[in-house]
Amino acid sequence: MFSSSSHFSPGLWTLAWRRLRADRVAMAALVVLLLFVAMLTASMSGWLANDWADEVGVNYAPPSFIGAQADAGSGGEAEPAAAEEPPENPLDPLKDVIRELRMEMGEANVTASAGESVGSEDSYGIADPLQAELAEIRGVQSSAAMHPASARKVTLPFGADKWGHDIIKKTIKGAETSIVVGLVAALVATVLGTLFGALAGYFGGRTDDFFNWFYSIFTSIPYLLLILAVAAVLQQKGVTTIILILGLTGWTGVFRLVRAEYMKHKEREYVLAAGAIGGSHLGRMFIHIFPNISHVALVQMSILAVGFIKSEVILSFLGFGVPVGMVSWGSMLNEAQNELILGKWWQLTAATGAMAVLVTAFSLFTDALRDALDPKLK
Amino acid sequence: MTTTDTSFPAGCEPMDTGDNLLEVRNLRVRFRLDRENTFEAVKGVSFDVPQNATIALVGESGSGKSVSALAVMGLLPAENAIVEPGSAIAFDGRELLALTVGQRRALCGREMSMIFQEPMSSLNPVFTVGYQIVEVLRLHKGFSTKAARARAIELLEEVGIPEPATRIDYYPNQLSGGQQQRVMIAMAIACEPKLLIADEPTTALDVTIQKQIIELLKALQQRHRMSVLFITHDLALVAEMADRVIVMRHGEVQEQGDTQQVFLRPQHPYTRALLECRPPLDARPHHLPVIDDAMRGDGSTAIVLAERSRGYVDDERPLLVVKNLSKSFYSREGLFGKKEFKAVKDVSFTLPRGKTLGIVGESGSGKTTVGLTLLRLHEATGGQAFFRGKDILAMNSREFHDYKRRLQIVFQNPFASLNPRFTVGQILLEPMRIHNIGADDRERTALCFKWMERVGLQVEAFHRYPHEFSGGQRQRIAIARCLTLHPEVLVCDESVSALDMSVQAQVLNLLQDLQDDFGLSYIFISHDLSVVRYMADRVMVMRDGEVVEMADSDDLYRHPQHPYTQALLAAIPGRQAMA
Repeated sequence: MFSSSSHFSPGLWTLAWRRLRADRVAMAALVVLLLFVAMLTASMSGWLANDWADEVGVNYAPPSFIGAQADAGSGGEAEPAAAEEPPENPLDPLKDVIRELRMEMGEANVTASAGESVGSEDSYGIADPLQAELAEIRGVQSSAAMHPASARKVTLPFGADKWGHDIIKKTIKGAETSIVVGLVAALVATVLGTLFGALAGYFGGRTDDFFNWFYSIFTSIPYLLLILAVAAVLQQKGVTTIILILGLTGWTGVFRLVRAEYMKHKEREYVLAAGAIGGSHLGRMFIHIFPNISHVALVQMSILAVGFIKSEVILSFLGFGVPVGMVSWGSMLNEAQNELILGKWWQLTAATGAMAVLVTAFSLFTDALRDALDPKLK
Repeated sequence: MTTTDTSFPAGCEPMDTGDNLLEVRNLRVRFRLDRENTFEAVKGVSFDVPQNATIALVGESGSGKSVSALAVMGLLPAENAIVEPGSAIAFDGRELLALTVGQRRALCGREMSMIFQEPMSSLNPVFTVGYQIVEVLRLHKGFSTKAARARAIELLEEVGIPEPATRIDYYPNQLSGGQQQRVMIAMAIACEPKLLIADEPTTALDVTIQKQIIELLKALQQRHRMSVLFITHDLALVAEMADRVIVMRHGEVQEQGDTQQVFLRPQHPYTRALLECRPPLDARPHHLPVIDDAMRGDGSTAIVLAERSRGYVDDERPLLVVKNLSKSFYSREGLFGKKEFKAVKDVSFTLPRGKTLGIVGESGSGKTTVGLTLLRLHEATGGQAFFRGKDILAMNSREFHDYKRRLQIVFQNPFASLNPRFTVGQILLEPMRIHNIGADDRERTALCFKWMERVGLQVEAFHRYPHEFSGGQRQRIAIARCLTLHPEVLVCDESVSALDMSVQAQVLNLLQDLQDDFGLSYIFISHDLSVVRYMADRVMVMRDGEVVEMADSDDLYRHPQHPYTQALLAAIPGRQAMA
């Protein structure tokens, strides 16, 4: 375009940028988004969280700010029951004494280092005189069996999952999959929907009938069945497949809105004027009309991206998600279902928290972008 | 009543005859634009509306006339409009600004009511007109449903709706625009208000309907002994109906006085300019005076008005010959059916080089469709159009592409005809790129600057967006866009109708100059007969898609043959008063 070649021209994008700069919320959202992008780039190029699959912590290691719990050091085996207090035997004549002892132990546990207290109680909570030796032996055994080189950490900054993966690294790596899936699939769906909607709305008549017929077929099939069908056709598991599934099934909403906008705009005088000066159909559709309706497509894309990040969870649940050996927020949430029963909330919190921050920043930014791109709202 | 210490500039004293229904004193209204900035829309306006009189509030867009009326009604948006302290509005002895919101609402509809410009958007489309009138009567007068219905039929009869007992059950879309405005008036007078505010009530209507509505308002005012505050941009319109005229500009009263005095001996140069900007019916000056001429000078119209002669000369070879042009629109009916609507029926005319053909008609007459069909923005369903001997309607789209640059169009609404996403530069460069005019963008930019200067735009405009310009400037941009292609025929489809009277004169002068310089031929489409008479050599009157009468413009206006043409001419506002 000419305006970009001239040095004093405040073009559409320059003006939009100026308006964005004035919007504090938009700038905050942009900073958050840029942080996510930086994180994404770093993790994709292998600088960050490349070693997420290392089992650095004990399983279900709690976040550091909570501190280690009584059961946390029990080696490689999963002992979820140990987290609970041992049941009280109602028939035990010594139960009052045990309760008293247990109270004292509880207070001691908070300050004592985990290694000393692990495995120190039998099911009735009575102290074992050999506890220190036992713990040492157990610790040596387990680390020798699983990790000959390094000892596993008892707490991690934001805890660990079932296998002892660092949750922070997992979230960063999961962001890579989720954001790529969400954004690329939303882009595919928006491009398809916009293209079909533009053709149908602009030309009308037979073309419109054809696309509407196509649309009706797509929307009349239940969504999940359609996903299963596409997945069956594609035959492969992987990120590309998920993107294709979501992209190919998600264009319908964009199509309806963009079609309606094109029907409205093709009768506008500025489009007639473009026709009068000899502009081609494609030029009128995409040079003249599209910039005026792009806010519709933009907003739809941001809604779709959010929806697709969530859809990826359902796909993972159904077994069409990311393959084993990859991590996404969806698969993290899927794992969190079982953990939550055990009271391990940190994986859920990390995944949903990261998702909430990204989604909120994304929505706020697209809102601001739409306003900034609209020259009528000044 | 209210006493104020406001001093009025000369010629602006409100009439002080004691018995005033409404007294507005030093009214100031501000609008909040954003957190810091406000815009003062009304700057200390004072006027009176006496009992049983019609007062006209006249001004161009942005003059604050509607804002003043909304302030009287208490209908200003509370969230961003501020009526400044010191303002006073006394109605029938009560100070309105001191009343609570509830008390003011009780006054609205019962003692003062208002009618708006767009009757279609003022009536609720999902209720019958009868229901909407009955609702007013029940709310304000406590009528029973039966009594209210009987009264509603009386009201509809009074405002001139034929068969009121049947039409009362019609929905708004079943009535014509004029009838809808009559229903609005019936609703407004249902409770016999003391004050009726009419905000541009006829601007959206055809001239013949406009005349009927004005006469109806005049009759109702006298019969019900109410006062009417009539707001309009058209000074000529109120010449026959108003007792007093108040002229506003930029939120200030410029002049107020008796109608006779304002029209015959206008004191303020602005009033004089408004009266002179309108193309006269009895003369055709070389140029129309514009506001600046009147505002700048010593008050006398300085420029010498040489007459321009109009009319076709017999031996001219026509540039464009249109034969039996027709256009039908089809709408789907049911699954396979089609319904035909003939918008243009067998229209034929010729257009010589450097001349103007005026097309006059009311809404739905097919005048716009003729223009769009000639440019093939709609495909004609029949007939031929020979441009320099070649039938442009029969060409395929590739052949026609070269002819597109020779036929151009300027649309009515300059706010809609420019792409808001393009800078003025992009708007002007695009047609030249499409038609390969100029070797490269550098040369095209030079051409752009030339055309911008020619139509009176600053060079700085090149990088700005259309929304930064006023209506008149935008229309100049639209004209410049056409000129970049060196057209031979320019279709002006209501090109000056959306503009203020003073701006309209400037754009008409520009079009006139361009015709003199480049020998352009115009097809000038308008509903405004005085503008068409000024611009056109030959005038074609259309009605329901047919040509009713065609003659050289002077002949047509002096000796109209067809009764429809006579009716149109009789409806020109201010014709009697100005003559």
